[in-house]
Amino acid sequence: MEPLRRLGEATLALFTAVGRLSLFAASGIFHIFKPPFRGKIVLHQMVEVGFYSLPVVGLTAIFTGMVLALQSYTGFARFSAESAIPQVVVVSITRELGPVLAGLMVAGRVGAAMAAEIGTMRVTEQLDALKTLSTNPMSFLVAPRLLAGLITLPLLVAVADVIGVMGGYLVSIYKLGFNPATYLHNTMQFLEVQDVVSGLVKASAFGFIVTLLGCYHGYHSKGGAQGVGQATTNAVVTASILILCSNYLITELFFSR
Amino acid sequence: MTSSVAISIRNLHKSFGPKHVLKGINLDVATNESLVILGGSGSGKSVLLKSILGLIEPDEGEILIDGQNSLNMSRSDREDLMAKFGMLFQGGALFDSLPVWENVSFRHLIVDSMARGEAKQLAIQTLAKVGLSDDVADLSPSELSGGMQKRVGLARAIVSKPSIIFFDEPTTGLDPIMADVINDLIRGSVSDLGATALSITHDMASARKISDRVAMLYHGEIIWQGPSSQMENSGNAYVDQFVHGRAEGPIAMPVLKG
Repeated sequence: MEPLRRLGEATLALFTAVGRLSLFAASGIFHIFKPPFRGKIVLHQMVEVGFYSLPVVGLTAIFTGMVLALQSYTGFARFSAESAIPQVVVVSITRELGPVLAGLMVAGRVGAAMAAEIGTMRVTEQLDALKTLSTNPMSFLVAPRLLAGLITLPLLVAVADVIGVMGGYLVSIYKLGFNPATYLHNTMQFLEVQDVVSGLVKASAFGFIVTLLGCYHGYHSKGGAQGVGQATTNAVVTASILILCSNYLITELFFSR
Repeated sequence: MTSSVAISIRNLHKSFGPKHVLKGINLDVATNESLVILGGSGSGKSVLLKSILGLIEPDEGEILIDGQNSLNMSRSDREDLMAKFGMLFQGGALFDSLPVWENVSFRHLIVDSMARGEAKQLAIQTLAKVGLSDDVADLSPSELSGGMQKRVGLARAIVSKPSIIFFDEPTTGLDPIMADVINDLIRGSVSDLGATALSITHDMASARKISDRVAMLYHGEIIWQGPSSQMENSGNAYVDQFVHGRAEGPIAMPVLKG
């Protein structure tokens, strides 16, 4: 009976956690639409989430594009399909690698920072202080961060897409000897609006996931410095897993026939 | 209920899992009175204070603020009720991301949408009342000493002229001189505002200085209450042991003897 009891406990704990996270998300979304609107805080968070993530996401994108071109070339050369490289690079970057890698990098940078900041506020009673000052932490801290994540990640991924395709272009032209005009022509000809749109929708979902889990784990942290550290780790791990799971679901939504 | 009672607590219970922390608290705080709740660590002082502030939801009982049951209020009514309150947290709980003056004027800036210039002036005036000069206003809380952080916290608690002020261990972590300075500031601020004060502490020097009346909380129950002048001769063995800081007595400390 002991294994069964443990299985039951684990299942209940999982459902409790999912329920708490869902209620937290619903409250966060509700406060995005409920006045007062915190435009300045949203803008500040957009700079934190987007602008300061540009270097790390840009570097990730350019090297991913470069490696993609190189790997595709060595692989495709085996059956004389080298000319498909522009198409492979642009579709891989816009549909998958741009949003997923940007989401994972932002989870590591922004999600962790949010969990640590809000977690520290929790253990130093700053969240309680907000309430005693007639300010709802969901409205003041969580909703602006969720909105910033929703808006900023697609912008960040749009930039990452361009940088990633440029990485593939540079390797193809200067190392593999492709004709620049033909490369760009093939890239543009093969690219469809849906490729870019699906990537940007994914980015928006990932932005929401990263900020939600950063806020959620920080908000519920306890036990001093160790609790804040645990919250930070949990925020990054759970956001990364949810990004990968939701990536499949959104891909299924857009491209399953 | 007479209008001279600012806070009235009736049969308040709170448990965390199997641990019954508050066991039917009954307590009144009169308007303009300074009540200090004494009690050792783990006696339920913080839970009681946080329950009154609405930061913890009690399992059972009533908390009447100026005759209104605060436990039945909607979230927005509770946020309005908070405008009557000022709170000095044990660790200050200042917002690290904001300069000192924005901490002090937080409610005016965020809730009342006061112009920044006006809010800064108000903050500087209030900082002066707690003995801090205007050059502190633009510093970050992390640049301040513990005593200065307490004073900024006190300035934040009194800036909106609340009718009820709560003090959570106001002198913890301070040297005796700074603790006395804070006690004087608390006494002065409360009497200037004509406010009701509810403090929790285990610092007897602080309790003697800032209280009109004292209540002793032990194992989740109020075991004695009376004027602070009677605290030294309460006739209650628990209070006597606590007030005089004796190791021997009915309050047993869980210390392993080897």
